[in-house]
This record gives sequence, structure tokens and C-alpha cells, in this order.
Amino acid sequence: MSEALWLHGGRVIDPSQGVDATIDVLIVDGLVVTLGGDLRPPETARTVDCSGLIITPGLIDVHVHMREPGEEHKETIATGAAAAAAGGFTGVCAMPNTNPPVDDPAAVGFVAAQGRRAGAARVYPVGCISVGRAGERLALVGEMVDAGAVAITDDGSPVMDSGLMRLALEYSQSFGIPVADHPEDLGLSASGQMNEGLISGRLGLSGKPNAAEDIHIVRDLLLAELTGGHIHLQHVSTRFGVESIRQAKARGVRVTAEASPHHLVLTHEAVKGYLTDAKMNPPLRTSEDKEAVRDGLADGTLDTIATDHAPHHYDEKETAFADAPNGIVGLETAVGVILTKVVAEGVIDLQTMVERMSCQPARAFGLPGGSLAEGSPGDVTVFDPNVKWTVDPEDFVSKSRNSPFIGWELTGRPCYTIVGGRIVFEV
Amino acid sequence: MGQADVRSEIARLAREIVERSEGAGLVLMGVHRRGTDIAGMLQDEIRALADISIPTGSIDITLYRDDLGAIGPRPVIGETVLPSGGIDDQEVVLVDDVIYTGRTIRAALNELSDWGRPRRIRLCVLVDRGGRELPVQPDMIGKKVDVLEGQYIEVLVEDLDGRLAVDLIQVGSHS
Amino acid sequence: MSLPTASLGKDLVGLEDLSAEQILAILDTAEPFKEISERRIKKVPVLRGKTIVNLFFEASTRTRISFEFAEKRLSADSVNISAAVSSVSKGETLVDTARNLEAMRIDMVVMRHGASGAAQFLADRIPSNVVNAGDGRHEHPTQGLLDLLTIRDHVGKIDGLKVCIIGDILHSRVARSNIYGLLTLGAEVAVCGPPTLLPLCADEFGVEVFTRVEEAIEWAEVLNVLRLQLERMEGGYVPSLREYNRIWGVTNERLAAAKRDLLILHPGPMNRGVEIDSDVADGEHSVILDQVTNGVAVRMAVLYLLAGGQPESAEAAKQGHGA
Repeated sequence: MSEALWLHGGRVIDPSQGVDATIDVLIVDGLVVTLGGDLRPPETARTVDCSGLIITPGLIDVHVHMREPGEEHKETIATGAAAAAAGGFTGVCAMPNTNPPVDDPAAVGFVAAQGRRAGAARVYPVGCISVGRAGERLALVGEMVDAGAVAITDDGSPVMDSGLMRLALEYSQSFGIPVADHPEDLGLSASGQMNEGLISGRLGLSGKPNAAEDIHIVRDLLLAELTGGHIHLQHVSTRFGVESIRQAKARGVRVTAEASPHHLVLTHEAVKGYLTDAKMNPPLRTSEDKEAVRDGLADGTLDTIATDHAPHHYDEKETAFADAPNGIVGLETAVGVILTKVVAEGVIDLQTMVERMSCQPARAFGLPGGSLAEGSPGDVTVFDPNVKWTVDPEDFVSKSRNSPFIGWELTGRPCYTIVGGRIVFEV
Repeated sequence: MGQADVRSEIARLAREIVERSEGAGLVLMGVHRRGTDIAGMLQDEIRALADISIPTGSIDITLYRDDLGAIGPRPVIGETVLPSGGIDDQEVVLVDDVIYTGRTIRAALNELSDWGRPRRIRLCVLVDRGGRELPVQPDMIGKKVDVLEGQYIEVLVEDLDGRLAVDLIQVGSHS
Repeated sequence: MSLPTASLGKDLVGLEDLSAEQILAILDTAEPFKEISERRIKKVPVLRGKTIVNLFFEASTRTRISFEFAEKRLSADSVNISAAVSSVSKGETLVDTARNLEAMRIDMVVMRHGASGAAQFLADRIPSNVVNAGDGRHEHPTQGLLDLLTIRDHVGKIDGLKVCIIGDILHSRVARSNIYGLLTLGAEVAVCGPPTLLPLCADEFGVEVFTRVEEAIEWAEVLNVLRLQLERMEGGYVPSLREYNRIWGVTNERLAAAKRDLLILHPGPMNRGVEIDSDVADGEHSVILDQVTNGVAVRMAVLYLLAGGQPESAEAAKQGHGA
């Protein structure tokens, strides 16, 4: 007996097919069977009334920290996958900077298995570039890909050795995976606590200058150009960085890049009062940088919106600014923040939002999904674009609460998250 | 009490101070602020009366109060000024404008004992309005006034207020 | 009947957010407190029964002793906790330290901490008054206040005065408190030092920036010479102490070229022969020891004003973060 799900009466936005219409979606046995205006679903199909709602190919976040193994007090793959589903994401890429790091096929297999067991959003393991994330020699990239890794990165740390980065960009080409880099020159920024500028000066916090990020962005672009490899630049936060990527794309360099919701809507002003929930790496920067990131998102220089979901236990953020770890949770606020502070403010339209949060992440990391074309996985996000809500950490499915958006009034929120034809989250 | 009444009370108090003094070592210490003015007037009266100049000082009791938390801090604290010979082994007459609960005088006595060891301390006030909360009684009193609920005593001096008077004020009204 | 006061609120975290009225209220209150330290019995009972904890996460002799004298002269009961012997070195968090102190029913905490923002953090979480005795590179407000008082004592005014702070501005909490306080009181302020030790956006602070000490001396009426921490040489910010002295040191030869006499301040402890030469430090225009004397009076004033302060804001802090 087949299982069927009939999404009825919603506005379907699927940029992969150029669709934006009020039509129905039928999913049978985990795959999209058809879209249409006058569908006859099987008698046994479960019907979901989507009137007034928006239906999109499932959202994918290519930058999520699950903290498992090693820091399960912050998040586990189960809670992270559930938080992703609650945020409207049907797939997430799990960063390998765990303890121990995911730098061999067994660890990749563990993450994949925990992800399947979670039964929420799909969890795509990402492996390390270097053994132990030590930045010295290449990890077992081929075997990790065989075990399910969809990309490699030493995220959390940059690859400081340009020679190693060159090797990674060359070697990865055999497997068709991107090399994701957290671009940062630690020589300029290792002691930094926030963006270097007037506010860091007044607060007496050491700074991370834009140049620390820009140098590595430019280096990575040059190495991608040299090798022909695919560089994926994570959480781009600077004006010069965006411009450099724009120019590289024009030259035909194989580069994809992320914008984080917080860099799209916040500036370093948010740190005033030493708010540790505004501490992340790269740091929140100036309004000029924020505008550049928004422009880059709009014109496609930045391909994907990725949250850099980085849970930390409340104790760890409840401390002096310098002692607090970097990072914020983002999975459960991304859709609301992007709809309210990016789409509603006219930076991008809904179609572009779906491009940046579903189609392009899938394309950049070679993942299934990102489309509702016939035969695609039945991964679908349904959200209500009009519901108003207030961000309350008590409602978070994630184990952690470290969000700078607490108390924000947002408009728009996911109401169904469907993975493989199965509803894994509903309001 | 108008100016003339206040003047005659001060003259009477001056005589009493001289009469009760044991001879050498008399010192006047006014309690900041209006007690200091009254002490100055007493000094003038005594000079006119007996042709002697009594060393006179001023004591600010702000830092010896027992109600800092209740009243909030005073932004400007007056200075305590001792007469040049100090107060050790002197006969100190402590002078204040009004005695009420007795707490100011308690504070002043504590402060005086930090500054030295007088041979004797007497207390002289222009007005005793009753209402004592401590067992402190003046030795010399200008005038006793019964103050009812809703009333208070205001002593005015020329330096600060432009005229010399003692007024009984009804709360809510203002003269 | 209480006089109108420019209330400080519950805490003194920094000078950045204080109004001119508030800063002047502290300076004016400090004046009569100077005299108490000259008395035979250097003690008044105004803070009798108040419990103050001096919580020093960084080594300090001068500031801690100055606060201790201020507390003792106001009759407060005080306890010193230094990081070396506290449970902090056993991994206790700042929050837990604060809660433990609070559980012992203290009234005030004077804290020095190596992290910028630590004083604000503590102030937001405990109902006791918090006095910042230096937090990281952020602020050292009582040092700023005693510098202001010393300048006012000697020059008679601050408004319109040209004051240059010389040295490691980047890492200096003294510099920040001075800049905020001086600007609020209407002074013209400059900073001078090697560009490696100036903040990136120094000019946006509203101050002049000099990279040559001769230019600073030419411009200024008052010099506040900061201590050069030896770590700065180890960190590579300056190549050597000798070179620092030769290029940025305040020397009599350089001062002799100025068109007027300059008042010389230094927050101590001095590195004689590095940032300041002995003949300047000991010279007739040096007010370095007056700063130390004023430090006690200013701290007495701050403790006094906070102690009489605002029960309702303390209550609010308790309700906001009570645990």
C-alpha cells in the first residue's frame, strides 16, 4: 500500500521549474509525483490544507553545528535535526568540528546514522579537510565521501596553510565535492572578540578587522582559480569579500558562498552592552558591510543563506564577553528573520529567497532536493507568510538558547516540514 | 518669632552661657548650617556683653548620620572647622537651631569625640520643639514650642535666608 | 528634606554614560572627603555596618589599597578576595562567584577583572552596588575621576583645557575613562602613542591623534602619561623599551621646547626612564602624588554616593536576575 500526501490549495514557489502558482502537490512513496491545478489524489492520501500558505522545495542549510559527538550538552544530532525541521529545513549539512572531529569514514558514518535515526531533517555529514582539523595533512577525503560526506571543511578554523588548501581544492575534484572554508587570517584576528572598529575601541574589546577575512577570501579565490576546484566560502561578512567573489564569478572561478541571516540583518552595534549572544565569528560588522552582504545576496554573488547554527549551553554564554564562545543558534529563526527583515524590506523577493535557501544550497553541495520536479524527493517546506510571532527561546526545539533575535517580532513561520513525503514537523 | 524676639532670645542665651561657664576654655561649636549662624550670633552677643571673644567652630554631621540609606546622600558635605586651639580639654557649647528627635545631637557628640576630648559639652538650642527619640536634653533653650502634627519649625537666618525669624509652618501652606 | 542630587544609580561601571552633572557631583563630594584623611582620627562612621568586598581578579596593589583606605575611613567592613587564593582559580565562573557573595549578604562589590565588560556583567546580575576598579581594556572610572579632580585642583577648570594622553591607548582602560570624562566636562582631548598602540578608529572617539610626542607637547596643557606594560614589548607592539623612551618618552628636553608649562599626570606605577623620565616625574609640574591622595577621596565619594543610592534599582536587578 503506497503512502500519499496531497498538499492542497497553497501557492507553490519552485524556482527550479519557474513555478509560482496556486496548485497542488502530490507526493507518493516519498517522491514528488506531480504538481497540478486539478489533481485527483488517491483515496488513501492524507490531505493537508495549504490555503493561504506557501509551498516550496524543502529548505536546506549547508552550515549547521550539531555538536555531536562530544558536546551533547549543547546539541545532539537528534535535537539539531528536530530544530532544523521546526525551522522549515528538510536537510542540513553537519559541520565536522566536533570532538573528536569528523575526519575519517567511521565518524562520517556515525553522523549519517545518527541523522537517519533522528527521523527529522536529513543530516548530510561534512568531513574535515585535514586530519584532526590540525591544518597539516589531508584527511581521508575519498573514503569519507564514500561514507556519505557531501563536502569537506575545517570550519571553526580556517585552513591557514595555503599549500594545504591548494591540495584540498585539487584532490576534491575527483569526488565532485566543494571545499568549504571559514576564511580568516588568524594572524590578524586570533585574539579578536568582535569586529574591529569604533565600537570595539569603545568597549575595549580586541578586534577582528575585515582584512582578516578578506585576505583569505582572496587567497581562496586565487587557489580555486589556479586549481579549478570548487571553493565554498562560508558566512561572508565583508564588503570587500562580497566584491571579490563577484569579480571572481565574472572570471568564471568555481565559487559558491554563504550569507548568514545575522550578517544580513545585524551590525556590530548589537554587541553594545557586551551581549554575548551577538558574539560570533566572523563578527557582526558595520552597516556598510551589512548592505554589501544584502546586495550580494540579491544579485546572486552569495548563493546560499546558511545559518551557521552554533548552539552553546547557556552557562557558556553567561560570562564576560571575552570568555564567551562564538556562535548563535539560527535554524528556528531563519525563515522568520529572512521573511521579515530581508524579503519584506525589499532586498530579495520570495522566489529569490527560495533559490537561496533551497535550490542553490542543493546545487552547491550536490544534494538531492531543491526542486519539486517530478521524481524529486518529497522534501517540502510549507510556511505561513503572514503569521506574526515573537521569538521566545522557551519555544526552541534546539537544546540551546543563544540567539540575538530573542524578543523580535517576526512575520512568517514554517508550518509543515515534509521529508521524504513524511511530515516531520507541523505547528 | 520675629527678628526682635529672636535677638532677645539669643542675648538671653549668651548671658546664660557666660554665667554657667567655668571660666577659661569656653568654645562654641555650631551645627552646620543654621547652628553655625546662631553660634556666630552668640559669639557677637558675648563679645558685646563681656568683651571676650569666644573661639567658635562649625561641625558638619552629615557623615555621622544614622539615616544615609533613607535620605540619600548629600552631594555637598559641609566642612567641619575647629577653632584654632582645638577642643581638647575645652568647655564646648554645642549650638543648634532646633532640637527635635535628638539624632543630630547624637551624631554631633560622636563626631566631637573623634575630634578630641572636651572637658565638658553643653547643648544650647534656639528652639526645642519636643519629639525626642533619644535621651538627649539641651542645657540651654531659647524657646519651647509645641508642634502639632502637620506643622514644622523653620529657623531663618540672615546669611542664608535674608531675614532672622522662627516660623511655625503648616504643611501644605507656605509663608 | 533632601537636597537634589545627581544620582549615580546602583553602580559605577564607567564614565562613558555619566552626565557632566553626575561627574561633577562626584568631584564636589570628593572635596570634603580629602579633609578627613588629614584628621587625627581618619575615620567617619557613614558606612558603618556596610559590607564591601574587594574582588580582584587581577593583581593590583595601588588601586586595591586606595579602595581599602577609602572603605576604612568611611567605617565600612571590607574583605579582600584576590584571584590567586579564590575559588576562581579552581574554575568557578564569575556568575557563581557573584551569587556566592550575594548569598553572604554583602552591600557592595569593588571589582577588578581582566575582561572588558565584566563589571557591567556583574552589575546586571546582583542587587549589590558594583564599583568597577578596572575591567579589561574598558574603563577604570575611579582613576578617571581622580585624574579629573587632580587637574581641576591644579588648573581650576577642565572645560576648554587641552589634555593629551600619551602611551598605550589601545590596551588602556585609564585612557578610555579619561577620554570619556574629559570630553563630557568639555576638555579638548588628544591621544599620542605609537600607531600600533592606538585603536583603529581613535579619531572617531572625538579626540586629536598624534603619533609624535613632540606634537602632543606642543599642543597640550596637560599630559597624562600612561604606563607602558612590559608585555607590549613582548607582544611586538614596540621593538624595545629603549626605543620607546627615545621616541615617545616624556623628557625634560621635550618639555623645555613647549611654549608653556605642562601639568604632568601618571596613573602609576611608573616605569622611570621608559614612558617618563625621573626628572619629569619628580619635577615641579608633576602632580603624580596628588593623584594618589585624591584617589582615596574620590573613592570615598563614590562609595558614599552609591551607598546612599537607589534601593529601587537594586531591587530591579534582583528581580531581573535573581536566582
